[in-house]
Amino acid sequence: MEGDIANVGQFIGAGLAGLGCGISALGVGNVAGNFLSGALRNPSAAAAQTATMFIGIAFAEALGIFSFLVAILLMFAV
Amino acid sequence: MGSSTDSGNGAGKFALIAALVVLVLAVLFTGPETPTLSIHPMDQFAVTPLFGDGDIAWYTPTNVTLWMLVAVVGVILLLVVGSRGRAVVPSRAQSVAELAYGFVHKMLEDVAGKEGLKFFPYVMTLFMFIVVANMVGLIPAAFTTTSHIAVTAVLALAVFLTVTIVGFVKNGAKFLELFWVSSAPLVLRPVLAFIEVISYFVRPVSHSIRLAGNLMAGHAVMKVFAGFAAALGVASFLPILAIVAMYALELLVAFIQAYVFTILTCVYLKDALHPSH
Repeated sequence: MEGDIANVGQFIGAGLAGLGCGISALGVGNVAGNFLSGALRNPSAAAAQTATMFIGIAFAEALGIFSFLVAILLMFAV
Repeated sequence: MGSSTDSGNGAGKFALIAALVVLVLAVLFTGPETPTLSIHPMDQFAVTPLFGDGDIAWYTPTNVTLWMLVAVVGVILLLVVGSRGRAVVPSRAQSVAELAYGFVHKMLEDVAGKEGLKFFPYVMTLFMFIVVANMVGLIPAAFTTTSHIAVTAVLALAVFLTVTIVGFVKNGAKFLELFWVSSAPLVLRPVLAFIEVISYFVRPVSHSIRLAGNLMAGHAVMKVFAGFAAALGVASFLPILAIVAMYALELLVAFIQAYVFTILTCVYLKDALHPSH
């Protein structure tokens, strides 16, 4: 870490990419929360839709994983 | 379940607590003097040859191939040897095998329909390999094969090629209707077609990175906490407790990611079998 200005940019970039993970958590929570509020209104229809919920969670989560990947690449591969 | 587990419960708790105490003491007395992160979180993903330390060619037995072999042997033990008895009242191994079979069968039938059941052996193989490889990777000091993009990319590319080939063989040129959203206004259709084509080709990328990224992230976090435990000295029981909680979460993630990978395979198969929107 000594005196290399390029490393500073690298670490700042990795930290900023880490923000993306947190923001995708908002998306995952949104999917799960909306599923739960729908499921409590109509519990009999809920069981058939859990697969859809997991697909939605997976799509929201993939974007967070992408930004995690960017952070990892910045830290260890650049 | 059985009376044999009741008597083992107290002894099990005692053994767990004793193991924790030994672990804490070992960390306390063998930890480094200076508080540094001695455990690098990414070291656990290094691919090394099993014998010697030469170059790695495609045929070299490495720790990845070893643990993939362990996963395959685990699947065979569960599904072939475990359910060999074919008892009416199943044993534990047989009932786990039956549960897994029924779970994947129902998932595929719900998503892709009766027609999709032709692909049941493939989907079952994918699910069992991924779930067992994830679980085996959680054994301490084991290697998580599915945390490598090279492994998951092959699985995802195989799914992508299967879906594309099946789609064209089954529907011919009609498979391209997948990209031509007939329910949208005519002006929008070229734009939507462009987006659909891009999203179709991004599928194998996100399909593989989701699995690898989730497992890599979880294992890296556990190693980061292990580094805290090594550096903190007296207070190291706090990160160790956190590792226990993370481990429980990782068990859940290991299953859910295998489930997600499999159900996305089912969704893509459904697209190939019934391409019209």
